[in-house]
Amino acid sequence: MARHRKAIIVGASSGIGAALSRLLVRQGYKVALVARREEALKELATSLNRNKGDRALYYPHDVTHFAEVPQLFQKITHELGGFDLIVYCAGVMPEIAPDEYNIEKDRLVFEVNVLGAMAWLNEAAARCEVQETGTIVGISSVAGDRGRKGQPVYCSSKAALNTYLEGLRNRLGHRGVKVITIKPGPVKTPMTEGLTLPFMITDEQAATGIAKAIRRGCNTTYVPFIPWFFIMTIIRMIPSFLFRGKNI
Amino acid sequence: MSPSRSKRSGNIAEVQPTSHGSMESLPVDHLEWVEAWGMADKAMSYVFRPSTVERLEKVFALARETGRKIGLKGGGNSYGDAFLNEEGITLDLSRMNRILEWDPETGIVKAEPGVTLANLWQYIVEDGWWPAVVSGTMNTTLGGCLGMNIHGKNAYQVGPFGNHVLDFEILLPSGKRVHVTRESDPDLFHGAISGIGMIGVFTWIRLKVKKVHSGRLRIWAKQARNFHEMVELFEENASSMDYMVGWSDCIARGRNSIGRGEMHFARQLPPGEDRYAAQSLRADRQALPDNIVGLIPKSISWKLMKPFVNDWGMWLINTAKFHAQKRPGAEKPYFQSHAEFHFLLDYVPNWKESYRPGGLIQYQSFVPREHAARVFTEQIRLSQQRGIYPYLGVTKKHIPDDFLLTHGVDGYSLALDYPVTAKNRRALWRLCHEMDELVLAAGGRFYLAKDSTMRKGTVARYLPRENFERFKALKQRCDPEGLLSTNMFRRVFGASPAPDEQLERHHKGVANSA
Repeated sequence: MARHRKAIIVGASSGIGAALSRLLVRQGYKVALVARREEALKELATSLNRNKGDRALYYPHDVTHFAEVPQLFQKITHELGGFDLIVYCAGVMPEIAPDEYNIEKDRLVFEVNVLGAMAWLNEAAARCEVQETGTIVGISSVAGDRGRKGQPVYCSSKAALNTYLEGLRNRLGHRGVKVITIKPGPVKTPMTEGLTLPFMITDEQAATGIAKAIRRGCNTTYVPFIPWFFIMTIIRMIPSFLFRGKNI
Repeated sequence: MSPSRSKRSGNIAEVQPTSHGSMESLPVDHLEWVEAWGMADKAMSYVFRPSTVERLEKVFALARETGRKIGLKGGGNSYGDAFLNEEGITLDLSRMNRILEWDPETGIVKAEPGVTLANLWQYIVEDGWWPAVVSGTMNTTLGGCLGMNIHGKNAYQVGPFGNHVLDFEILLPSGKRVHVTRESDPDLFHGAISGIGMIGVFTWIRLKVKKVHSGRLRIWAKQARNFHEMVELFEENASSMDYMVGWSDCIARGRNSIGRGEMHFARQLPPGEDRYAAQSLRADRQALPDNIVGLIPKSISWKLMKPFVNDWGMWLINTAKFHAQKRPGAEKPYFQSHAEFHFLLDYVPNWKESYRPGGLIQYQSFVPREHAARVFTEQIRLSQQRGIYPYLGVTKKHIPDDFLLTHGVDGYSLALDYPVTAKNRRALWRLCHEMDELVLAAGGRFYLAKDSTMRKGTVARYLPRENFERFKALKQRCDPEGLLSTNMFRRVFGASPAPDEQLERHHKGVANSA
């Protein structure tokens, strides 16, 4: 029996998380799938185990229940036999009207996209600091590079995640721990259902790009790199007074 | 000991149950990387260092509550994964280190399991006593000495450490504390000693040490041209010498040169010969020197060794050493303190660091006398054919013993130090398995304190069937829940993770240190 690398995927039940889980299992990982919807998780785990043997464990969990995280993380590392990689994929982008300001929706966005990430990745970071190895990946978004008028809170949540991941990287880099920020462009997932967005890719394509970034150990990368690296480089350089008038 | 969160988790203390039944709760600030002495393997585990039996019992309770296994660790001097316990609890007994009773008239000492050989000899030597059996390092704990049933350079006369134990108290995983003598429970006595920490935790140990009449030993160095000659010299000198050891150059090739090296024979001084015995028996006179050849501070010596820790460097050192032994007068006797003679591994502090990043493993096999020279020669030849050279070979003479997981044979052991690299690791493990077959075919045995490579099933092949069955029954009797377990125990006795697991971990370590 060969020893598999071990990954924890938070937000694994659909979209990028599910596609990445499938890809990692194909690449030889044993995965712990974490998400809110038990049925979807169970189905995914069953399909992974059907094809590859005992390679997926699943743990229903709502990422906004921060207090559960330390013990659940410990349980997962025990049952998985440690971990080499954690990917935080959970994210929400509620639909909001152009003139809507809704603190309940905003709070949910920050709880899922930022605080949930901190709850999970803090645990992973503390452990990585001791084991002096490991890869921590946060799935951010191109949206985090600028404050867009369509989704001010979603953009700021991704910007907060970027800064948090950069801080972790600076804290853990010298301990041999990789912290990777992934900024995908629009991806066809349940979150973007019904939206028409430029350069949209499938979740499988996004997973391939993420796995490549993990293999290369990048610090921050766009997925797909082309065209988003060039587009976002230009967009980041647009002065605020010009950006204000654009419908981006 | 109530499970608690570390300061890292701030005020997150309230835990919601999930749909996965009971949840573990171990304090994450106890999480540590525990590294094998040879540095070729390591594991993450929750480390507890109790100082009393009561605290030790609480760790057992915590393990039971959280569904974790417990692995015991003493001085952490086992080369391989004997004390590693991935994702489980490591019970480090080094703080239970009190000498409880000492009788300088009879030489009987009672001590806690975390007392090291260094603590012990420093305590007793001025009264004219020395531990009956010592390892190559003084940093082993008494608990470790019993658990592994260590041997010394006098194994051919006095057997392993366990032969000198009078009685002990053991805390079984059930929570029961049992006082054990050879007669009260022979299986528990002979199984806990040698039982690689899988039966229970020694809470105190009473043992007999040996009388010495001087702090010095008289040493003779002799050259052996190969293993056959080495075995002959051992046989010739066994009745007249108190200690014997052979150091082999394992890189030398040639039909009659395999195993060539230097042998050291030591004899205790008889009463009255050392007129200044009280002086030589002072603990500070035993201490190892602070520098090498009066010049190089020992603390940095390993850094100077580093450029030589490769095939060519080791060839150079071994060849120079072998030829230096031919100089006139090299076989003249000389004196060394007990500590200098015995604790060669402590001579250069941190010398093993020169083997990083991959570390080293030691492969030690025990072969009956009639086959020893042949098997050792074949082992070296095989290593050379595979292009994996052992940098050091140490030969000792042994006798059989009564302990359940015994490694003793009426014959010889050869311990080979192999450097581990990302490149050679897989081939090295394969080589060790090939060498296992040579040993097993000759009726030989292995020593678990040194092992890193043995596969499941090998113990059952080398151990007498009766010993194996008695040990299994003892484990079932004392630890029916299987609370005590380590990576080694699982590898050798239980579900076996393939060498790939170690390979993976090693590569990760190498990549990080690169």
